[in-house]
Amino acid sequence: MEKVIDIQHLSKSFGAHEVLKDIDFSVNKGEVVCIIGSSGSGKSTLLRCINLLEKPSGGQIIYNGENILDDKHDIHKYRTKLGMVFQQFNLFNNHNVLSNCGVGQVKVLKRSKEEAEKIAMKYLKVVGMDQYVNAKAKQLSGGQKQRVAIARALSMEPDVMLFDEPTSALDPEMVGEVLKVMKELAESGLTMLIVTHEMEFAKEVSDRIVFMDKGVIAEEGSPEQIFNNPRQERTKEFLKRTIK
Amino acid sequence: MSFEWIVSIVSDNWPMFLRGAGITLLISIIGTIIGSVIGLLAGVIRTIPAPERTVKRIILKVVNIILSIYIEFFRGTPMIVQAMVIYYGSMLAFNIDMNPIMAAVFIVSINTGAYMAEIVRGGVISIDKGQFEAAQAIGMNHIQTMLHVVLPQVIRNILPATGNQFIINIKDTSVLNVISVSELFFQTKSIAGNNFRYFESFFVACVLYFVMTYAVTLILRYFERKLDGPENYSMIGQPAQVTKTRETEAH
Ligand SMILES: Nc1ncnc2c1ncn2[C@@H]1O[C@H](COP(=O)(O)OP(=O)(O)OP(=O)(O)O)[C@@H](O)[C@H]1O
Ligand SMILES: [Mg+2]
Repeated sequence: MEKVIDIQHLSKSFGAHEVLKDIDFSVNKGEVVCIIGSSGSGKSTLLRCINLLEKPSGGQIIYNGENILDDKHDIHKYRTKLGMVFQQFNLFNNHNVLSNCGVGQVKVLKRSKEEAEKIAMKYLKVVGMDQYVNAKAKQLSGGQKQRVAIARALSMEPDVMLFDEPTSALDPEMVGEVLKVMKELAESGLTMLIVTHEMEFAKEVSDRIVFMDKGVIAEEGSPEQIFNNPRQERTKEFLKRTIK
Repeated sequence: MSFEWIVSIVSDNWPMFLRGAGITLLISIIGTIIGSVIGLLAGVIRTIPAPERTVKRIILKVVNIILSIYIEFFRGTPMIVQAMVIYYGSMLAFNIDMNPIMAAVFIVSINTGAYMAEIVRGGVISIDKGQFEAAQAIGMNHIQTMLHVVLPQVIRNILPATGNQFIINIKDTSVLNVISVSELFFQTKSIAGNNFRYFESFFVACVLYFVMTYAVTLILRYFERKLDGPENYSMIGQPAQVTKTRETEAH
């Protein structure tokens, strides 16, 4: 299988605090991987290291056969290949829904305005927000904001989508609409790496589950294996705590 | 008694009053614009995150120190004193006989720049970190992030502060009479010096100053409302106007 991202011996420290320890991990093309684990285990940090919002302290990140931590590598170009969806949506407040999805295409990918709008509309349709193109971020509900944020990331047509707890900041009644969109994306064959506390969702959509604990990958495997026959004691404990 | 004097002072001297007010407006408008540009540049430079390369980091550090000195010096000394020092100093040191109006524009600009730099810096810091990260995550570099995401919001947010600075400039150009700039205060002084009617002459100046500052206030409010756009948005493909805004945002 073709590896889209291959991480080798990745480590990250904040001062003396070692948050990620010697992580080996890869994502294959078309694969949906969910990362679970207790708070503070380093899930967000791993995701943020992958798109270099945090600078790794050590190790390698291989993308398309190249180590993107090389000094000469163009990190801005690399980032366009990864779509990121944040817990807090982070829509651009000075842009309406349409141009939230268009500005990156025009300014970074140098697409024409017409092409960018066409592509933006296509993905706004995918997330069901095409009727709201004129709305400003502050005029939307949380679930709507997050769906626009997903469309914004998709509009760059990345190779991999990264999601960092996309539903954790949402009111319960809006979680469903976002998960539904993500499920459709997963079924469409998109490569996705998702940090989530939604265990039912993870079980349903993932090809593989990664369980993180205290900065290491404690266990990984198919959803059936992780949820039904966890091998590690700490995986069992975590699942017992989170699944009632 | 006084009222008749006011009428006669105005009818005798209105061209001088108007010219004075005109010069006052000219100096404050140009000074506010140039000062805002200086402030924008200085404020943006002061918020550049420390680069990884040592050489770049040292250059940025030196530039930042120079900017701090500039900002603290001009915020920490009275404009009337700066005017004397710069006007007479440039004559003494470089033998430049500055045109008083040019000197005035220069002094107002660098003063405004010093204040605006801090306002801009505060404005940039107030944009939530998430928007910076989202911009980076779609591949924008620092300059693109600033131009297309951060600065448009900063400029909107600092508009009231800029207007405030403009109003301060209209009033504070009056101190520039010490270097014989023929602005409103200077003109009023010479009018009063001729007719010995100080109260009436300066009462007219007072009204003129207020008219100018209040007009600026109104114009800026209009611009702010314009920039904010409509309160509601219309949905595409649906006839009805959507009037739903989040309760927390409603005011
Ligand atoms: N910028 C930072 N500076 C210092 N410490 C940090 C920073 N970011 C994260 N940490 C620390 O790294 C550890 C892992 O944080 P991380 O956010 O990756 O956890 P997480 O698994 O995503 O948790 P959660 O489920 O709560 O989101 C935590 O102990 C956190 O305090
Ligand atoms: Mg997290």
